[in-house]
Amino acid sequence: MATSAVPAVHDRAARPRSLSGSSRHDQLFRAILTACALAIPVLIVMLLIVLVRGADPAIRKFGLHFIVDSTWDPIAGKFGAFPLIVGTLLTSLLALVIAVPLSLGVAIYLTEFAPEMVRKPIAMTIELLAAIPSVVYGLWGVFVLMPILRTAVFPLLRSVLGFLPFFQGVIYGPSVLAASVILAIMIMPFIMSVSREVLLAVPNSQREAALALGATRWEAVRTAIVPYARSGILGAIILGLGRALGETMAVTMLIGNRHEIVASLFAPGYTMAAVIANEFAEAQDRMHFAAMTYVALVLFLVTVIINAAARLLIWRVSRGAGSGGKEL
Amino acid sequence: MVGLMIGAVIVAVLPLIFILGSLIVRGAGSLSVAFFTRMPVPAGETGGGVLHAIVGTLIIVGIAALMGVPIGMGAGLHAAEYPGSKISWTARFVADVMNGTPSIVVGVFAYTLVVAPQKHYSAFAGSLALAVLMVPMIMRSTEELIKLVPNSLREAALALGYARWRTSLSIVLRTALPGIVTGSLLAIARVAGETAPLLLTALGNQYFSVDINGPMETLPHVVYKYATGPYEEWHQFAWAAALVLILVVLVLSIAARIATRQKFGGARG
Amino acid sequence: METSTLTAMYGKFAAVKAVTLQFPANQVHALIGPSGCGKSTFLRSLNRMHEMSIGGWVTGRVLLDGEDVYGPGVSVIQLRRRVGMVFQRPTPFPTKSIYDNVAAGLMLEGKLPRAELDEIVERSLRRAALWDEVKDRLKGSAIALSGGQQQRLCLARTIAPEPEVILLDEPTASLDPQGTQRIEELVFELKKDFTIIIVTHNMQQAARTSDTTTFFYLGTMVEHGPTKQIFTTPQNEQTEAYITGRFG
Repeated sequence: MATSAVPAVHDRAARPRSLSGSSRHDQLFRAILTACALAIPVLIVMLLIVLVRGADPAIRKFGLHFIVDSTWDPIAGKFGAFPLIVGTLLTSLLALVIAVPLSLGVAIYLTEFAPEMVRKPIAMTIELLAAIPSVVYGLWGVFVLMPILRTAVFPLLRSVLGFLPFFQGVIYGPSVLAASVILAIMIMPFIMSVSREVLLAVPNSQREAALALGATRWEAVRTAIVPYARSGILGAIILGLGRALGETMAVTMLIGNRHEIVASLFAPGYTMAAVIANEFAEAQDRMHFAAMTYVALVLFLVTVIINAAARLLIWRVSRGAGSGGKEL
Repeated sequence: MVGLMIGAVIVAVLPLIFILGSLIVRGAGSLSVAFFTRMPVPAGETGGGVLHAIVGTLIIVGIAALMGVPIGMGAGLHAAEYPGSKISWTARFVADVMNGTPSIVVGVFAYTLVVAPQKHYSAFAGSLALAVLMVPMIMRSTEELIKLVPNSLREAALALGYARWRTSLSIVLRTALPGIVTGSLLAIARVAGETAPLLLTALGNQYFSVDINGPMETLPHVVYKYATGPYEEWHQFAWAAALVLILVVLVLSIAARIATRQKFGGARG
Repeated sequence: METSTLTAMYGKFAAVKAVTLQFPANQVHALIGPSGCGKSTFLRSLNRMHEMSIGGWVTGRVLLDGEDVYGPGVSVIQLRRRVGMVFQRPTPFPTKSIYDNVAAGLMLEGKLPRAELDEIVERSLRRAALWDEVKDRLKGSAIALSGGQQQRLCLARTIAPEPEVILLDEPTASLDPQGTQRIEELVFELKKDFTIIIVTHNMQQAARTSDTTTFFYLGTMVEHGPTKQIFTTPQNEQTEAYITGRFG
């Protein structure tokens, strides 16, 4: 065979040549990487265990009744999270109502209509908006947004929609509606960038097929592209909902932090995340900690379910496109 | 129809301009050299700085990065190098789910794990919480960037007699490294602005401290504390601190994105 | 190098079916056939790159100096140092300099003295007919070179560790005619020192460069023989049809 024919141009060729060897290093390397990869699922399980154990006293004392009870009295040691849950859901859903139409409009415009030179700067702006820390939104919300809402927007809403119970009563600055508006501003970049990715993942053939049938670009969007991306867009919206549910700082600074359920959106409220941020550092009592950990546990479970559902929906659309919304 | 959409774009861009504008108008006036080099002054006096918070943020985020970046990179490398494995699929899915976990919940986790047993607040607990938030982000960005390295490069190294591990590290990871570094910077920038988990862990500290076992001040916490305080001078202070914070975060983000685009403009295939 | 009833599978699909072939040393052996005929898969089975593909596995034997490369205890790393490979597209390592690219395979066996390394790098580049073009920018980036230069750099990188066999997988497919000619000349030169197995789409290339030619069709080896014979008096109808351009 070949060996004898290789000229001994230098002494390296003379070293013994065999095929044997081991792959211990490869196994070690893979083991290290596997440990890193496993750390992530292990982390989420640990989160769950730690929260369940921390919340245990409250779970034993209040059980599932915790979710529908409205008392929050640290001194008496009685806790119920109903107003928090209502406040969280209300602010998040209101934020979606404001944010979804605008976000989808922008996403569709960016992927289907915008001239090439506009797309990148706007996409970049959206990404920067998503990078602004929550506490900065809160600061801006308190000192810039809230005065505008209180003096201009809320009175207008009251005079136009005042026949509804949601828009009646005294206008405070900090309120459910103010928190919802800042939440809407905060989740828009997420919904925009994820639905933009989903729309980009729609195969060009779908577009061309509709256009070839004589559809206008707008008809193509409505009849071919949006239906194709429907589940992904739904995923983007749910992802935005997950963000809104867990958003803490800006909401804490704008919602007024009151354990009460009032019909008027101009009145203060409270959310799950806000109560933890506000009371954790000052809590003394064991049951108070347990109750707040219970709140954290509920929030955790809700956001895990929501995010898992959103990811599965997005993956259905962009499976072939590689990325399901990285870094979001 | 298109007019409506242009309106929507204005809605998308306007908040950024509005927020940045407010920050500059209200914050820039209070910025001075002293702001970066001095400690805060008592309420009622003007001047003072946030040296303790800048140092605190650097320490807490630095330690978080030391813990979070290697694990996130390892997990991302695993997902890209063994894409079909069940572990990769699980890690990818859980990472995506964890990216949406509220940071305050992670704060409660770190509190229960570190602060409660120790019975005092600690900067390290804050680092731990930020690391937990960082790992899934870094994993996903590492994976995406490694996927951009052409498979032919991997094959060329293997055909040359490189072992799998050496191919992964010195060829594949090395080629994707500029992008991975910027992706990690992005994740670091994002957690650097986190406030909620720090309320339960590092808490905050009026004084200069480098003790990672004790409470420590951070920039985002300064913004929160001074914004929610009762004094007008405090609000000024909060705006200035927020301007510094946003500059750090945005400069890191913009730099990271520009660098990534340049390096990976046409690397696919 | 030889194979004995070598079958290469992708999952349940047999891309190469029971091929038995001998490749005598210091000759150029061409593998030809239409796209999807299994010639590339066959080539990748020789240095065990095929098993890196999703679902890739083989049966049968590949012998290097009489030793089965799929035998137990065989290190694929050692095998690939003895059976080098150059790919269709140039694959210089983008983060390494020209010098480090050539030295990449040598560094694996531990540190060599600087002088010896310099000498091997220079000799490898000379043998790849690239030395004169790059000797002044050895520390420069490898991806700054032209496509043809990159491919010769990959050739230099492959021959630097002194393999016994060099596998060329359509090495000129992405090159212009001039680059192609340089590679073909090199192949002719290099067979003095190495056994060369080349997969090609280009019939003229096979005819110009090789000593033996094997025609693959639908995963089976249809005909094997001296190149001259295959191109002038093929025994098999399919071979003749392919060579005369009636299909493929």
